[in-house]
Amino acid sequence: MSQETHSYSANAENANFSERRSVWDNFKLELRKSPFTARFGIIIILLYALVAVFAPALAPYGQAQVFPSPYDPWSSTHIFGTDQIGRDVFSRMIYGARNTVGIAVATTFLSFLIGGTLGLAAAIDRRWIDQILSRSVDVLMAIPSLIFALVLLSIFGSTITSLIIIIAVLDSTRVFRLTRSVAVNVVVMDYVEAARLRGEGLGWIMRREILPNIMPPLIAEFGLRFCFVFLTIAALSFLGVGIQPPTADWGSMVRENANLLQFAQYDLRAGLTPLLPAAAIALLTVAVNFVVDWFLHKTSGLRDE
Amino acid sequence: MHPVLSTVLQRLGLGLATLLAVSIIIFISIELLPGDFGQIVLGQAATKETVAAFRLELGLDKPSYLRYFDWVVGVVQGDLGQSFSGRAASGQDRSREVAELIGPRLKNTLFLAGITALISVPLALLLGISTALYRNSIYDRSINATTLTTISFPEFFVAYILILFLSSLNQWLPSLANVDAATPLDERLLRVALPVLTLTLVIIAHMMRMTRAAIINLLASPYIQMAQLSGASRTEVIIKHALPNAWAPIATVIAFNLAYLVVGVVVVEVVFVYPGIGQLMVDAVTTRDIPVVQGCALIFAVTYILLNLIADIIGIITNPRLLHPK
Repeated sequence: MSQETHSYSANAENANFSERRSVWDNFKLELRKSPFTARFGIIIILLYALVAVFAPALAPYGQAQVFPSPYDPWSSTHIFGTDQIGRDVFSRMIYGARNTVGIAVATTFLSFLIGGTLGLAAAIDRRWIDQILSRSVDVLMAIPSLIFALVLLSIFGSTITSLIIIIAVLDSTRVFRLTRSVAVNVVVMDYVEAARLRGEGLGWIMRREILPNIMPPLIAEFGLRFCFVFLTIAALSFLGVGIQPPTADWGSMVRENANLLQFAQYDLRAGLTPLLPAAAIALLTVAVNFVVDWFLHKTSGLRDE
Repeated sequence: MHPVLSTVLQRLGLGLATLLAVSIIIFISIELLPGDFGQIVLGQAATKETVAAFRLELGLDKPSYLRYFDWVVGVVQGDLGQSFSGRAASGQDRSREVAELIGPRLKNTLFLAGITALISVPLALLLGISTALYRNSIYDRSINATTLTTISFPEFFVAYILILFLSSLNQWLPSLANVDAATPLDERLLRVALPVLTLTLVIIAHMMRMTRAAIINLLASPYIQMAQLSGASRTEVIIKHALPNAWAPIATVIAFNLAYLVVGVVVVEVVFVYPGIGQLMVDAVTTRDIPVVQGCALIFAVTYILLNLIADIIGIITNPRLLHPK
């Protein structure tokens, strides 16, 4: 009679579990459980990203290509008609996805780079760095950011570079506050102290010890800040001091075609033309908000509703 | 000294310091201009003498701290300097005083903002408190979904949708809010109806959500649960226990949103061509008329700081813990 061993083996048990789920698998699992709104948001965001990347291939005409007939009605040659100087509105909508969204994404990244780095630095060095940064942020936040942006744009002029830098710097104040307040709780942890005693520098402690532990609120904030930046840039462009023509941009497109609204009673589609770019802005903001809501709910961080 | 008084004084001091810092930032904006901006303002045809006279008028020969001092003294006396526009290359000066430009427009903006505040603040508080009390009901959910959507919409989108339905498809309300000093009050009210409606929709969404969050937060605190457990009625819990502690967050929410109103006004004024200070500022930014930009920015910033300061002080003087020190 052969003796079979049924003794417990930790190795054998571990072996069954050794194949861990990848991040992608986890994401797919979460997605299967996600609410309708979050799926809708993700699909919209992906759609916008695709349109932005492949804009030149998708658009029937160039963004600054002028046709002889301004204010053309919707037709098969010009799906959404032409604008006040005869540019194809549909093509400009597609290029707008690249320009408007692209600029907003770049601005948000820059704002997180500035605000996040300074916020971490302030949380780690609570002495004078924190004092100086926090007080200057208080002052910067005492001026409404749209007003501040208007002042700065009047000085530096409305180029895309200055637009990105100005909005990023103004918005980084809010990123700074959030990063600092969540990082302060992590800085006091033992492992950070250990890293410090080990002699690691400021950069290492920021990147390797603290940043991984404050990622969830920062990612959620990234979505919200993106919405804010996106709306601010759209508002500035709408006011005529943001992205300048001939660059196709949704904010300025609304303003350029606003006159068409008064013809809505004769041709409803003409009245809808100026609303298209505005709706494109609103749809993306709603989509991002849906995804952020779901993400916050998952990581159950800031909001307890 | 009574702790309330000392805290209030401390906040006032802090507000004053912020105001000073903000005034320095706004003043510095003119320092950051490129050196040849006199030539740009006056045009390429301007002679060296005209440009020199222009620089002298701005006091560019004096050190900047002296100019800052002069500027602040002027501002306190209501003198915001001379506009850049209306200056010819020949040296002829038809520019107007900034204060004179801003004055009537400021009244218009205050009129618009005042009416909006009068409608939106009570309505938002009512909605916020009622949704917090009937949390997760269908009423609460539908209002929440609506406001979340409104928040995501840019102001001009809301404005143009309203124009499309209320002014273009059905001619119920005028889409242009062009008023002047001679417009009678009833006519004026009719013309600002759409701008007020737009601002109200945007503001209510923010204010209602914040009120709701503040109340829910409060109702979850242990002492409210204690009061409920001790058998106090629903109204008693809210009036006697919740409200005294809710004034501070509610005041903050109101002030925050009135401050938001200050900014929202800019876009809405441009959409409806309303002759307010926001539109003036946007025009000045386009033509790079720095003194006007500075004047408008200063007014916006001061309003913003004052509103936040008032909210802070209301929070302090209604705080039961500070009012009844041990």
